[in-house]
Amino acid sequence: MPPLNRPLRLAVALDGGARYSASAFAERAQLAERGAFDFITLEDSLGQPAPGVGRLDALAVLASVAPATERIGLLPTVTTTHTEPFHLSASIATLDWVSRGRGGWIADVSTSEADARLIGRRPAAPIDELWHEAGEVVDVVTRLFDSWEDDAEIRDIATGRFIDRDKLHYVDFETATFSVRGPSIVPRPPQGHPVTAIDATAPHARQTAARYADVAFVRTQDPDTARAVRADLRERARAWGREPDRLIVLASLSVDLDASADAVALAELVAAWHTDGAADGFHFRPRDAERDLRLLVNGTVPVLQHRGLVRHFYPGATLREHLGLPRPTNRYALAREASAR
Amino acid sequence: MSNSPGTSRTTRRAIHLAAHFPGVNNTTVWSAPPTPQAPQVSRPGSAGPTAERSATRQSAFGSQIDFSSFTHLARTAERGLFDFFFLAEGLRLREHQGRIHDLDVVGRPEAITVLSALAAVTEHLGLAATVNATFNEPYELARRLASLDHLSGGRAAWNVVTSSDAFTGENFRRGGFLDRADRYTRAAEFVAAARELWDSWPPGVERGRTGGATGSFAHHGQHFDIEGRFSVPRSPQGHPVVIQAGDSGEGREFAAATADVVFTRHGTLEAGREFYADVKGRLAAYGRRPDDLKIMPGVTFVLGDTAAEAQEKAAEIRRQQISPQTALLTLEQVWGVDLSRYDPDGPLPDIEPDYEAQLSQGRVRQADPRAIVASWRALAKEKGLSIRQTVIEATGRQSFIGTPEAVADELDTFVQTDAADGFILIPHLTPGGLDDFVKRVVPLLQERGSFRTRYTGSTLRAHLGLAQPLGEDTAA
Repeated sequence: MPPLNRPLRLAVALDGGARYSASAFAERAQLAERGAFDFITLEDSLGQPAPGVGRLDALAVLASVAPATERIGLLPTVTTTHTEPFHLSASIATLDWVSRGRGGWIADVSTSEADARLIGRRPAAPIDELWHEAGEVVDVVTRLFDSWEDDAEIRDIATGRFIDRDKLHYVDFETATFSVRGPSIVPRPPQGHPVTAIDATAPHARQTAARYADVAFVRTQDPDTARAVRADLRERARAWGREPDRLIVLASLSVDLDASADAVALAELVAAWHTDGAADGFHFRPRDAERDLRLLVNGTVPVLQHRGLVRHFYPGATLREHLGLPRPTNRYALAREASAR
Repeated sequence: MSNSPGTSRTTRRAIHLAAHFPGVNNTTVWSAPPTPQAPQVSRPGSAGPTAERSATRQSAFGSQIDFSSFTHLARTAERGLFDFFFLAEGLRLREHQGRIHDLDVVGRPEAITVLSALAAVTEHLGLAATVNATFNEPYELARRLASLDHLSGGRAAWNVVTSSDAFTGENFRRGGFLDRADRYTRAAEFVAAARELWDSWPPGVERGRTGGATGSFAHHGQHFDIEGRFSVPRSPQGHPVVIQAGDSGEGREFAAATADVVFTRHGTLEAGREFYADVKGRLAAYGRRPDDLKIMPGVTFVLGDTAAEAQEKAAEIRRQQISPQTALLTLEQVWGVDLSRYDPDGPLPDIEPDYEAQLSQGRVRQADPRAIVASWRALAKEKGLSIRQTVIEATGRQSFIGTPEAVADELDTFVQTDAADGFILIPHLTPGGLDDFVKRVVPLLQERGSFRTRYTGSTLRAHLGLAQPLGEDTAA
């Protein structure tokens, strides 16, 4: 059981409601920020979410939300199956730059033959293969973040050099399905590594989440399931040589609140789950984007704040700071310094 | 004066202006003293060590990557009532003699993402992203551009570029490379496929659920074999504006058939007129009118209180752009051999060039190195110039140098005499490089009646005077 003083993480989904209006997204994000949520999420998929229903590119939407907000983290879903890892890394790094260190992504796969036909490059593949590849994509995307050391830009007038090229690195990453030479075109983002999240509800995704994710979601309405998946993820993370506390497991709850009483009841519920060690925090998925988000911010969060389970404000500036995750050291800088010794 | 056939004007032609974010090459001066900063909006969220460090850097040099540089330049352009803000793209860092090129500004954000953020801090300014048609796929890119068009209320543009080199391909699943001829057929098919996707939703059905077939498309071509349902409803512009850069015969034909704006490099009045007449003359074959395609050369400028002061400033900027190291490297690209033992302040090397060698990758190759070597040698001999002086003299002269009045006059002459429809201005400083132009030249263009005094439309198509694509779609 985690100690009671362990902070409770809170995130909320921005899905639903007006889908194509930048100002509607910005208003929802500002509301979530008033509730001091650690981050907001926005779903995405390559194809239509349901027949005849549209959606905008989630990373672009949250980039447009960045200047309208100040502290809240921004996690769009980004698919890895039919996309270019080099482009993904550049886009996610850019989200981190435009938000000054509040960027991240939820890595997901495209499983259907219909999605494959939208791109027309390769057929649909078994889901286990896709999640294995997604892990490789997360790996190379993160290596590309590190392909620039933080102090690579030197602007040394005496030698005429803008960069110290010894601090830029080829990643030379090769898998069965892709290869990337590097370095990135984007300097190392403010957080070093923007936060990587994975929905680990499905068993197929769990190994990849345990190995690579900073945040894992478990979609369930049952605390025992959440606790079991959390234990499984932590065990797997340990087997990969990771410190299990660096993997934050959030129970992802669908919420449908009719009134303030429901919002208070939800606070009681999540406090109990948290006390029982079912999750490190919660990701709320409102059934009604406008109504439920308002009730969460005005009803649920104040109760949790009153109990001292969540903070009243953002003491840090970056998403990693909100989540208590350290800024990662640069693997290539470490290697270079080690070889210089 | 030009006598372009078939046109008689009673009013002045309107100039279109765009702002190019300073590029990652030696035209961008990074060693200059601090540039004055526009007042920054106080942002509590920007506290912390990263922001502090970047704030220092910003005031000292002007960051090429901090978002504040992009907001500064975009807001300056919007204050100047520009048509659009333009971002270039690079997909592989340049190399020289097998090592990463380290003398120029390098590192930039991914264009569509930074423009999506800029959409939130601007209201009218068009937002143009350069995106390669070789290393992307139509469905995904059409989706991202349509998303930007929604988020910006109809201000998105796509500068289509192609690339064929295996060097860049090493960063991508699809790898290199395409034959030169295939680059344009792929790009043309790419744009056509993207427009089919943009047309797959009827106008005005964004709200709520529609029929299950909404967004259906099928494109079976030489380069792309795709089908399904597009996920983004028709965007405010219908089709984001398509820009094309490239001066070759194939490029001109592609532009005439496909583009809304051409980004050219024809700096002189004569060359501009020739290009303008040629490209506009190709439009009729595609059933298009001359005004359907805007020709906008990329240009640089230097302003001074007097003509002499402007010339002095221009010379000083060229010295900053061509450091001793950059002079040697430029020479090596022409000579094709390592010249690191030469003194940049000494005479040109008397050794013979290796015309077959390619020392640099990721940049456009010198067109005719033999001719360049001959002319540089003649120039150095005639004027008694060192290596660095020769390179300064022979390369990178700014397009418009003078007082604000003189520059306004020259720009206007280009547009009123059919050498251009407007300009993509490339400042040499980040992020303050357009401040003076907007403050001092724009009002003069407005006084002449050649430039708007307010935005009259809300979309980029409206700023450029381009029709909505809807009419032709319903006819098709």
